[in-house]
Amino acid sequence: MSTRSEAIGKPSTSRRTKDTSFRVALLACVGISVLLLGVLLVDIVSDGAARLNLDFITSFSSISADQSGIQAALWGTIWIMGVCAIFIVPVGVATAIYLEEYADATRWYNRLIEVNIQNLAAVPSIVYGILGLAFLVRGPLSLGPVVLAGGLTLALLVLPVVIIAGREAIRAVPPSIREGSMALGATQWQTIWKQVLPAAIPGVATGVILALSRAIGETAPLIVVGAATFIAFNPDGLGADFTAMPIQIFDWISRPSNDVNDYRPLAAAGILLLMILLLAMNSVAIWLRNRYEQKW
Amino acid sequence: MEAASTAAAKGRAEAPSLRAARRRWGEDIIKALLVVAAFVSVLTTTGIVLSLLGETISFFGDVGVGEYFLGTDWTPLFEPASFGVLPLVLGTMLISAVAMVVAIPLGLAAAIYLSEYANPRVRKIIKPILELLAGVPTIVFGFFALTFFTPEVLRGLFGSDVAIFNGLSAGIIIGFLIVPTVASISEDSMSAVPQSLREGAFGLGAAKIQTSMRVVFPAALSGIVASIVLGFSRAVGETMVVVIAAGTQPQWGANLFKAMETMTAFIAATAKGDAATGSVAYKTIFAVGTTLFVITLVFNLISIRFVRKHRQVYE
Repeated sequence: MSTRSEAIGKPSTSRRTKDTSFRVALLACVGISVLLLGVLLVDIVSDGAARLNLDFITSFSSISADQSGIQAALWGTIWIMGVCAIFIVPVGVATAIYLEEYADATRWYNRLIEVNIQNLAAVPSIVYGILGLAFLVRGPLSLGPVVLAGGLTLALLVLPVVIIAGREAIRAVPPSIREGSMALGATQWQTIWKQVLPAAIPGVATGVILALSRAIGETAPLIVVGAATFIAFNPDGLGADFTAMPIQIFDWISRPSNDVNDYRPLAAAGILLLMILLLAMNSVAIWLRNRYEQKW
Repeated sequence: MEAASTAAAKGRAEAPSLRAARRRWGEDIIKALLVVAAFVSVLTTTGIVLSLLGETISFFGDVGVGEYFLGTDWTPLFEPASFGVLPLVLGTMLISAVAMVVAIPLGLAAAIYLSEYANPRVRKIIKPILELLAGVPTIVFGFFALTFFTPEVLRGLFGSDVAIFNGLSAGIIIGFLIVPTVASISEDSMSAVPQSLREGAFGLGAAKIQTSMRVVFPAALSGIVASIVLGFSRAVGETMVVVIAAGTQPQWGANLFKAMETMTAFIAATAKGDAATGSVAYKTIFAVGTTLFVITLVFNLISIRFVRKHRQVYE
């Protein structure tokens, strides 16, 4: 940029001040957002760090704030994330493969699928909760507010994330790989399965982790689905009642605190644990991307 | 072989046919399975629409359409029950408007800075930090709004007029959490503006601020509008921040210092109460859900349209 401005001569001083102050104003705006994030993190660490210890992780929820812990919610979250992953990996990847490798984009039904996915990505998460309530928990499937219903609801919610990331990863594999494979006599599916997918796996895996890290913090759909707020046992299967970390945190936030029972540090400790999990998941995603990113 | 090549000539004349000489059933089955997977997303939308419509129609069997859309009193769960949805819509719109007042300037400033001013090294630091804002679960923002932003910041500025649950705090915090939405889509469309436009402006002697604001900004306008519309749609659909920080007390008025209930907050609060299937409370979840879904759908489709338009110009 600097070489260009030299080529056209130095702008006048007043203009340069204007330019500099604009730049400073822009930076200040960025700074405000960064500052808010910083204050948020500091606030949560200072509220919750003292409460976050092994007892907190191994205790169940209790009326007494001092004895409460997050074990049932932690296991509930692990269970529903498992259900979620088992659903979104095959369905998301298959959709991405279909749209990138097979679909003729000029056909109306393929365009419909695309616009539909774009729109689904922006449907409010609570609406997915209503879908889960009406179709999975009650209505046709009548599963009740169990692990399977919660996991599937979140899976439908984050499916567009996996599809979009998967498509990008598949698109990044150069056509020459496919042409080479087909020239050697491989069928279309052999080409996809043996050449395209292996090359796209880092991108797909990153997408899956990002999707799960969105699902793990989602609260609203689980509230509507009817996840329990007070449970003193770990889920033991797909049909078990469950609670999840964000639900437990929400419960602690909404309880009135007093001198005897202060639930606020509990909520902050739960949030800290959630954020640590998120950080770990995102680190894995970034590591995957850097480690296996291929330049063609 | 000949049949295959004529078929190819009909379809894509330039590409050689990749069709196998004989039909491969395995390949066809796999393709069919992939199509089924792709239709899961279509089924999801169908499921959403069906689940919303069924109970909503049944809701309007009990409550008049006029009462619902024109009424200004929302007390569906108490006697005497009243089903005017306008206070919820007003609360949603006010809080979303506050959010946009925060998100538009901050988001666009970040987009202009990242696209036009920042060098690659600074970009590499700032972008992930902004993305982190989008990655923090919204319940965390709700907790922050209730336990820090309202008592420490808003009460510090405006005194004790500010209620514990208030629309202003929720709106401002939602604004911050949609800054990344506005910033990243706007930045994409600004980066997509051809370099030649900037060079032309510089060649005519324009300063950087003029180039950014009068050349790049208008050229990227459709993407910028799309980002704002999508951000607004996200604000309308946001649940946890409002349910925690704005309360669940409907307000037919515009006092941002007082509690307000949004459509999403009502759904969450009512569903949490475990409404029995078929009860009026259960049906209101769906009626309000439909209202919310239709509003966000309209905004999403507008946004998708604007993104399309901008792609057509530069690709």
